[in-house]
Amino acid sequence: MAQPRIVIIGAGPAGVRAAETLVAAGIRPVVLDEGARDGGQIYRRQPEGFRRSSCELYGTEAERADALHQTFDALKAKIDYRPRHLAWNIFDGQVHTLCEGVADIVPFDALIIASGATDRLMPVKGWEHAGVFSLGASQIALKAQACAIGRRIVFMGTGPLLQLVTAQYIKAGVEVVALLDTSPFSAQVRAAARLASRPDVLMKGLKMVGGLLRSGVAIHRGITPVEIHGDADSGVSGVTVRLAGGKLQRFDCDAVALGYHLRPETQLADLAGCAFDFDDVTRQFMPVIDGDGRASVKGVYLAGDGARTQGADGAEIAGRLAAHAVLADAGIGASAMQMAALRRERERMERFRMGLAAAYPWPHHLAATLSDDTILCRCECVTVGEIRAVATEKGADELNRAKAFSRVGMGRCQGRYCGQAAAEVVAAATGLPLEAVGRLRGQAPVKPLAIRAARQPS
Amino acid sequence: MTGPAREPVRTDVIIVGGGIMGAATAFFLRQRNRSVALIERGLIGQQASGTNFGNVRRQGRFLPQLPLANRSRAIWGRLNQLLGEDAEFLPTGHIRVGYTSEMIDRMETYARDAKAYGLDLEMISGNALRSRYPFFGPEVKGGSYSPVDGHANPRLAAPAFGRAAKRAGAHVFENTEIIRVEKEGEDFRVTSADGRVFRAPVLQISAGAWGNRLSTQFGEPVPIEAHGPQMCVTEPLPYAITPVLGVTTDVPEEIVYMRQVKRGNVVIGGGMRTRPDLDTRRAHVDPANTLSQLHQIKRLVPALDRLSVIRVWSGVEGYMPDDVPVMGLSGKVSGLHYAFGFCGHGFQLGPGVGDVMAELIDTGRTITPIAPFAITRFSQKQEVN
Repeated sequence: MAQPRIVIIGAGPAGVRAAETLVAAGIRPVVLDEGARDGGQIYRRQPEGFRRSSCELYGTEAERADALHQTFDALKAKIDYRPRHLAWNIFDGQVHTLCEGVADIVPFDALIIASGATDRLMPVKGWEHAGVFSLGASQIALKAQACAIGRRIVFMGTGPLLQLVTAQYIKAGVEVVALLDTSPFSAQVRAAARLASRPDVLMKGLKMVGGLLRSGVAIHRGITPVEIHGDADSGVSGVTVRLAGGKLQRFDCDAVALGYHLRPETQLADLAGCAFDFDDVTRQFMPVIDGDGRASVKGVYLAGDGARTQGADGAEIAGRLAAHAVLADAGIGASAMQMAALRRERERMERFRMGLAAAYPWPHHLAATLSDDTILCRCECVTVGEIRAVATEKGADELNRAKAFSRVGMGRCQGRYCGQAAAEVVAAATGLPLEAVGRLRGQAPVKPLAIRAARQPS
Repeated sequence: MTGPAREPVRTDVIIVGGGIMGAATAFFLRQRNRSVALIERGLIGQQASGTNFGNVRRQGRFLPQLPLANRSRAIWGRLNQLLGEDAEFLPTGHIRVGYTSEMIDRMETYARDAKAYGLDLEMISGNALRSRYPFFGPEVKGGSYSPVDGHANPRLAAPAFGRAAKRAGAHVFENTEIIRVEKEGEDFRVTSADGRVFRAPVLQISAGAWGNRLSTQFGEPVPIEAHGPQMCVTEPLPYAITPVLGVTTDVPEEIVYMRQVKRGNVVIGGGMRTRPDLDTRRAHVDPANTLSQLHQIKRLVPALDRLSVIRVWSGVEGYMPDDVPVMGLSGKVSGLHYAFGFCGHGFQLGPGVGDVMAELIDTGRTITPIAPFAITRFSQKQEVN
């Protein structure tokens, strides 16, 4: 019998562990990855020629990063590894890829999508100025290229990444003006019991916060973002926030790193036809999966932060579990005992995810407070006021209708960075529950498709 | 939107289907003081009317359709005043080009014949065309230029008609699925899935690709097929290509058309189509079609090679085997009117169809010839067979 054609999209923690599990069962999967090297975002490997140690790059996670990289290096001969391959579409049992301007097709019997997460963003007036980066992008600049996003930086938003990236910039010797967190400290205290489901991670987190406090950087919690100042010529010049006590305060800076925890990258799952469900806790739609990562579409499996933002350790577990599910469904045989142990681990990761969501809540209430002239969709320059107008005056109380009327989410990013905030704006303006406003339907290409890739069909 | 009514809703006219045909008919009926209920299963202009290419093109049409297209073009020119909203209509000109002398000959014949219908077209040879429009590729042998055709935004036009109709007093029911249409005495009785009843002495079915499901209930089935056009749009670039461009060819894969919108993006369509699902109301874009279409667009305008496509989409369009719509009176039931199955070329016609159907309903006749579109052409064929 011919081997089933199993394709993995993504070579981060979930994708690598899935590949490892499949190889151990005698399968040679195709691993498609957009990156030039494996590791994903969290364990991103520096470009060839850079010589920083793992400790410098990954801090307390150096051992885990090394282990993942070594595993993947050992797998390379046993898999069909295709780096720099963007999966731009999934249609009719085939992944459509693009590599350096060349389009290709990869058919599959089973597909594991390990597409990771991107920053969850809430607009703030002025966030379109040059010098505003997402927290994830700020971290990549540092990790990949040893570059800082500015000379004097404000870190604003909430979530574990906010503290981590701030700490990494301080360690790199960059001037950090302030860490401005929308979550009140009390939320973290209330979530402590759930966060204690992973005591080791909680301890690392507390140590990091201790380090931040000792660094002398101004830290404000429970803040409300008001405006990022700047102009078209010189970019960002400062940030104004309302402090927890009510006072307005301005921080001068030349760059801002912004983010409110993460959102799963679900476009590929959407294109594959997977069903989505509304997650009340984090107020976002997420693909439906069973306990092992099976999506609603037969033969499609979702693992890692692209399905549930459980972090890198959770992604490794989810990757293994999804691969076991593939093997079990293909009748190749998977260890029931291993699967049971992985499921238990996964449940612990899920409790921790809930803890993080409570400790660093998505500040959805800000959507109602944004001024009408705040740009929401930066690709298409659509303002909050325009979205409110189509929602209330033209009856576009469903997100795809609001998109059709206002162009929100129609640009290069396909709404990945503004879609959730746009839904919150429509919900706040119409008084409808967010679930009823819906989500932007995914449309190909996942990222811009170079026309030069189109050649005479053979 | 109006909530569920206990009493039947009674109007002069019921229109089932709120695409551009239905919405425009409702609008023009209000101008004639006829009361009207416009009933739409989803949202106004959400299906083919909202997902098409946006061509406001007359040249290349079936010649007997030109009077209707001309009447529609005149309305497009005053659409903004009429509706009080901007549907982004731009009379930029439209150029049809061909790659072979056979196609050029065919366009020349068409240009001669179209003159009789009041459509003036200018034939331009390849080199003259390229000196005027340097973006054309070397394979382009010549073209036919229609100076006052253009394009508009399909996401905006039909909803604008719907809102204007509503402001003018039409009863607009969105998210209302009609499951039964029947004649009871002098009245039509139209029942929605949630049990609401609408009554009127006149009924218009303008339900696009789904039109046959309703016409069949009156014993007038038609051989309609649903197809999904394959559309895509590029990232924005400086506004430079003003006319709408299209390739005339007998090779389906070679068909490609494009327009640049003022904000800079290039909208591209054409080539092969997909089969939509009439029940889920979704049509997909086959990535192979996108790649083939992009290959073809580079033959037309090679410079587009340097751009990227940022989005693809499709929609659900109804096609008739003879490539002309079903429009006009029923052959079997008095008071019953049809306007559906516009075969992927209905967007330009929409305002004119609305105006003509309102005239027909109001006065019992229309000054614009629509006989070739009669639904009876299918029943007659069946009887012959």
